[in-house]
Amino acid sequence: MSEIDIRSLLSGPEPDPATDAGYDRDGHPERVGFFTDTSVCIGCKACEVACKEWNAIPEDGLSLTGMSYDNTGDLGASTWRHVAFIEQSAVTRGPGTTAGAGPETGATAGPGAPATAVPGTAAPGDGGPGAAVPGPDGRTELRWLMSSDVCKHCTHAACLDVCPTGSLFRTEFGTVVVQEDICNGCGYCVPACPYGVIEQRPQDGRAFKCTMCYDRLGEGQEPACAKACPTDSIQFGPLDELRDRARRRVEQLKDAGVADARLYGEDPEDGVGGDGAFFLLLDDPEVYGLPPDPVVTTRDLPRMWAHAGAAALSLLGGVAAAFLTSPAVRRRGGSVTRATRAARPGPGRGIGR
Amino acid sequence: MTGSDVTRSGTRGERPGHEAAPGSLQPGGTSPGAGGNGNGGKRRGKRGKRGEELMVPRAEFQSYYGRPVIKAPGWSSVDIAGYFYTGGLAGAGSVLAAGAQATGRPATARALKISSAAAIGVSTAALIHDLGRPGRFANMLRVIKPTSPMSMGSWLLSAYGPAAGAAAVLETTGWFPRLNTLATGAAATLGPAVASYTAVLAADTAVPAWHEAHRELPYLFVASATAAASGMALATAPVRENASARHAALLAAACEAAVVRLKRRRLGMIAETYRQGKAGRLMRAAELLTAGGALGAALLGRRYRGAAVASGLALLAGSACTRFGVFHAGIASAEDPKYTVVPQRERLEQRYREQAEQREAEHAGDGEVTDGDRPAGGGATAA
Repeated sequence: MSEIDIRSLLSGPEPDPATDAGYDRDGHPERVGFFTDTSVCIGCKACEVACKEWNAIPEDGLSLTGMSYDNTGDLGASTWRHVAFIEQSAVTRGPGTTAGAGPETGATAGPGAPATAVPGTAAPGDGGPGAAVPGPDGRTELRWLMSSDVCKHCTHAACLDVCPTGSLFRTEFGTVVVQEDICNGCGYCVPACPYGVIEQRPQDGRAFKCTMCYDRLGEGQEPACAKACPTDSIQFGPLDELRDRARRRVEQLKDAGVADARLYGEDPEDGVGGDGAFFLLLDDPEVYGLPPDPVVTTRDLPRMWAHAGAAALSLLGGVAAAFLTSPAVRRRGGSVTRATRAARPGPGRGIGR
Repeated sequence: MTGSDVTRSGTRGERPGHEAAPGSLQPGGTSPGAGGNGNGGKRRGKRGKRGEELMVPRAEFQSYYGRPVIKAPGWSSVDIAGYFYTGGLAGAGSVLAAGAQATGRPATARALKISSAAAIGVSTAALIHDLGRPGRFANMLRVIKPTSPMSMGSWLLSAYGPAAGAAAVLETTGWFPRLNTLATGAAATLGPAVASYTAVLAADTAVPAWHEAHRELPYLFVASATAAASGMALATAPVRENASARHAALLAAACEAAVVRLKRRRLGMIAETYRQGKAGRLMRAAELLTAGGALGAALLGRRYRGAAVASGLALLAGSACTRFGVFHAGIASAEDPKYTVVPQRERLEQRYREQAEQREAEHAGDGEVTDGDRPAGGGATAA
């Protein structure tokens, strides 16, 4: 408790969020998380179903989106796992978007894996690896990206930070959970989340999101989605182990020529201090509907409070100036003119920055 | 279905073959970019007419079928923008009331105390009405949480509300003048915080138009609050007492105009959300009403009661338009993935560029770079 680093409370790397949340350093279990390896996701949606079943989440519409096989749409109050389907072909591919993957890949891939120079690729240089290779009958190659999205259980969780009731809390596993008997439906967590995960359920009013199956974790079981995933795309375990494992997997994919494989949300240095649920993606995060560089909003909160304080003082000063510059109704004149002179320095209400 | 687990001693029960690299991902498969350009990267019709003013020349971006990345707040605009507005009116009104009382403007003081008490009542009612579970409002006072502006605001309201209410009641009844002075002073001390904390409440979210304006919003909110309160004073107080209200209105209008411009510059492409659509109309109306009200009060409000009342009402309406404009700009910025993705992508690219330069410098230095320090997260260093 006493070793809490005040600087890491709002942003930055924080190795042990559960301890910083007040759990006994040695008494709480390891931080756990999800590693979602989208390269082996087959889009079966078993995770969505298992999640709904286990957590008894109500049905929230059986509509068709008409955009892809994704008829779930997005994460929300009644969708705690969401499988995204992205259909990509060389025709709709943006020009040159992979060009930049080269230097980065070259720098991070291990020795002996010059991933940019993929042998056997007939693609012209500017297209990067995997550029258009027409099929036998002239069709362009198509690919599907599928990814099971979930609450990220951020190291610095904005939803938890802004919750005014204490309904959202950090569990001993380092995850973030809503206490439904406390939540009063203020809805503040909804716009605070940089990933658009948590949401209020319309008929209910309260906010809901993934609990990483808190009930199952307590019993030593893995969450329902990870249990149900038939390809091990969703992997559950101690976060440190998962991170090691994910790095190895990226190396492996790059060695195999998948130059665009990259991890998302695993870096403790990122804007949310690293996600408890992170991903291996095969394209830019925004293609999957994920923010490219999410930042916990409370990182800037000290500055916001400072500006609010300065603004409050300038309100006082401004109103004082307004009174001092106006002739008193029933007062002596001398003091007013003196005050008038004193109250007119420079830029009125001091707009700071 | 699977018994795969990650444990301290390694992985157990993996599926055979799950370490394979799917063939479709290997060279010859296709690669990135499509997600947005075909579907998500579509431009909205509403931008366009001011396209040439964009700070970001090429708003090409990728998204998941054009769906928003973040969730817009589920708040009702009447409730929450109304709560911002009435909170500001009340808070700044209490300061003006105390000033009026101290400088011998009893009619102004009385009117503003009553308006502040009424406004904070409306503000609190709007906040409670917007809750998903209004019956659980008291849960707001379960914890004190500096990281939650709404928690701090609830505590602030619970201290300020009774003070403002007491000041109004004691003023109208004439009972306990000393207690009245005390309540007036307490309300005037807390009032500025009531007026400014709502800006932090809005800014402490992932909503681009609010968060990225977190430096300017508090000043905008207190300026708008002062404009509203001085409008209330102009509308309700006799002409001979309104000199200070006129000055406050001028000052507030000038500051608001300045802050709006500063914010627009700072926001870059996100500033569009304050110029377009409903938010744009409201912000323009706010500018006209506030400037018109302040000028009208300054030029005519000293002589004509009618002009003072009209100016006061214009200021009140202008402040309301500002709050609703800010609210709708936030909603618009949350609903379009562009405002989330483009600034973040630029930030990321900038960081990659800096890192690449740093690496190059290191390379030039000793020729040996420790690879693997950098996590492999950045496959997308688009040039």
